[in-house]
Amino acid sequence: MAAIDKFREAIGRDRVFDFVQEKRMPFMNGRHAVVPGELDISHGTILYVEDITVSFDGFKALNDLTLYINDGELRCIIGPNGAGKTTMMDVITGKTRPDSGVAYFGQTMDLTSMSEYEIAHAGIGRKFQKPTIFPFHTIFENLELAMAADKRVWPTFIAKIDPSQYERIDEVLEIIGLKDHRSTMAGQLSHGQKQWLEIGMLLMQNPRLLLVDEPVAGMTHQEMDKTAELLKRLAGDHSVVVVEHDMDFVRSIAETVTVLHEGSVLAEGSMDEVQNDPRVIEVYLGE
Amino acid sequence: MAYRSVVVEMFKDDKGGKILLGTLFALIIFIPSLNLFAPVDSIFHVSTYTLTLLGKYLCYALLAVALDLVWGYCGILSLGHGAFFALGGYGMGMYLMRQIGDRGVYGNPELPDFMVFLNWQELPWFWQGFDMFWFAMFMVILIPGLLAFIFGWLAFRSRVTGVYLSIMTQALTYALMLAFFRNEMGFGGNNGLTDFKDILGYDLQADSTRAVLFIASALALAFGYLLSRYIVTSKLGRVVVAIRDAEDRTRFIGYKVESFKLWVFVLSAILAGIAGALYVPQVGIINPGEFSPLNSIELVVWVAVGGRATLYGAALGAVAVNYGKTYFTAVLPELWLFALGALFIVVTVFMPKGIIGLREQIRNKRAELKKDKDLGSDSGLSGEGS
Repeated sequence: MAAIDKFREAIGRDRVFDFVQEKRMPFMNGRHAVVPGELDISHGTILYVEDITVSFDGFKALNDLTLYINDGELRCIIGPNGAGKTTMMDVITGKTRPDSGVAYFGQTMDLTSMSEYEIAHAGIGRKFQKPTIFPFHTIFENLELAMAADKRVWPTFIAKIDPSQYERIDEVLEIIGLKDHRSTMAGQLSHGQKQWLEIGMLLMQNPRLLLVDEPVAGMTHQEMDKTAELLKRLAGDHSVVVVEHDMDFVRSIAETVTVLHEGSVLAEGSMDEVQNDPRVIEVYLGE
Repeated sequence: MAYRSVVVEMFKDDKGGKILLGTLFALIIFIPSLNLFAPVDSIFHVSTYTLTLLGKYLCYALLAVALDLVWGYCGILSLGHGAFFALGGYGMGMYLMRQIGDRGVYGNPELPDFMVFLNWQELPWFWQGFDMFWFAMFMVILIPGLLAFIFGWLAFRSRVTGVYLSIMTQALTYALMLAFFRNEMGFGGNNGLTDFKDILGYDLQADSTRAVLFIASALALAFGYLLSRYIVTSKLGRVVVAIRDAEDRTRFIGYKVESFKLWVFVLSAILAGIAGALYVPQVGIINPGEFSPLNSIELVVWVAVGGRATLYGAALGAVAVNYGKTYFTAVLPELWLFALGALFIVVTVFMPKGIIGLREQIRNKRAELKKDKDLGSDSGLSGEGS
């Protein structure tokens, strides 16, 4: 009896087999197809950080942090020391795993389950607080290493630069204003130039989201202006999140400012709104 | 055309490498022929003792190049590289033991003497196949590579770095030494493997065999150097240096750092194993003493003395320090360890770039002195003027 049933099922014409059927993705819902590994920003939001909590030995570095970044936005994040700015970046880039909460890149990519290099490939670039470049490589080589490519061991071993990649490196050298230093050892650059080089390295990765930690620390006023211009130019094509202490600098670039305090968002809005918020004034000026 | 550009790229700015390869070429031509064909009483005659000694130095040089690849370029200070060298040596030693056949003291055609002595009835499974040269050579590559792979996979995946990694590698070689000292392990206990008779049917004591082993060592060093140089001039090499200088940065621009470290570590272990396999037939013995942590530390000193991250510097350091060792242990044996210690201190404090960096250091110092002098005379003149 059972055998006959199975046989009927196999030859039945009323059903369509899986392999004939169009692949249905779990998130599809009839609106748009979701391709795994590809960034989906159809809702206009590129980064979702929801209810993230991170604690170190009982100290809550992040406390139910919730934050959304729109595609193409330039967002500044400010806050007193220990507010959790760097920890937030660590969570987004996979360096630190949150105790609870979710972080999504676009609609589909769960950042809390991806490793650092996977997140980098997905399109998130990060500039460290202290400029971190490769001091014993030339500027050109620094950019070459950062360039979007197949970064597994064997493809890297046999990789050769092609003319279009040369052009791309030249383009970025132009953007960060280091064109004349192409063959200089990166370790010999000034502090400000190192910061730019690091931003240039991020650009080589073709990221969708740039996380920039204190880009103007230790810069002269001239350099600051140049950096502000650079970041403003990048927003639009990229989403840029800037963490900064320098209020003048933040005012010069900010569209939207988020104030962090004790691991969660204290206020959000334009620079003027934020500055006139009594809670922000209290945190910054003390009780 | 493509090959030519690769070669050009490899040797651009590599004067030291050219000198090393040129020297090796000259050694291959002259040393064996002066040994075999110059009359014994001629001043040009090279004794078999010298030939073998030089062959030994070349094996050490290859080992040093292997360490320089992981330490100088990738920043992994392995204090256990002697283990891979010794494992390669044991692989060759096992083949040579099986070649003795029934010429041993006990005359057992199957079992090496020490097994007969231990009353073993048959060959253990891990000795099977070592009567075949190709199999033994395959193991010489496989065993050090496999050990490095397992060790590296565990260590790098857990992000063990710096001094902790060094201590673990040291523990690795120490553990292997203790294990190989045990008779039950089946590798001859503390006597190790010795009394070798011949290799591929040629008498190991014959001058011509020695000459061939010397040439093989020189070729292996040249091959090891070229391979390492090819790697460090590729994009992979640039990534490896990037990992050494800024590991986090490398990770956040999208490289899986663990894989790169593992790859280089395994390759280096294989080179060390090959060096060990060439070393054993020339010195005629392999015992657990080769696993001693001290050996691995000495190896680090060679590389530091020669100059890190140059490859040819490591080879130079290995030869220079071992020549010193041969000389000192003959003249003032009790002073050798003090001399080695002093050498390491002097190099770390005064010559961070080793012998190779010395020229640059002197040039910089001269430029500085000259500048000072110019400034001094300037101020002197202005002093007179006012």
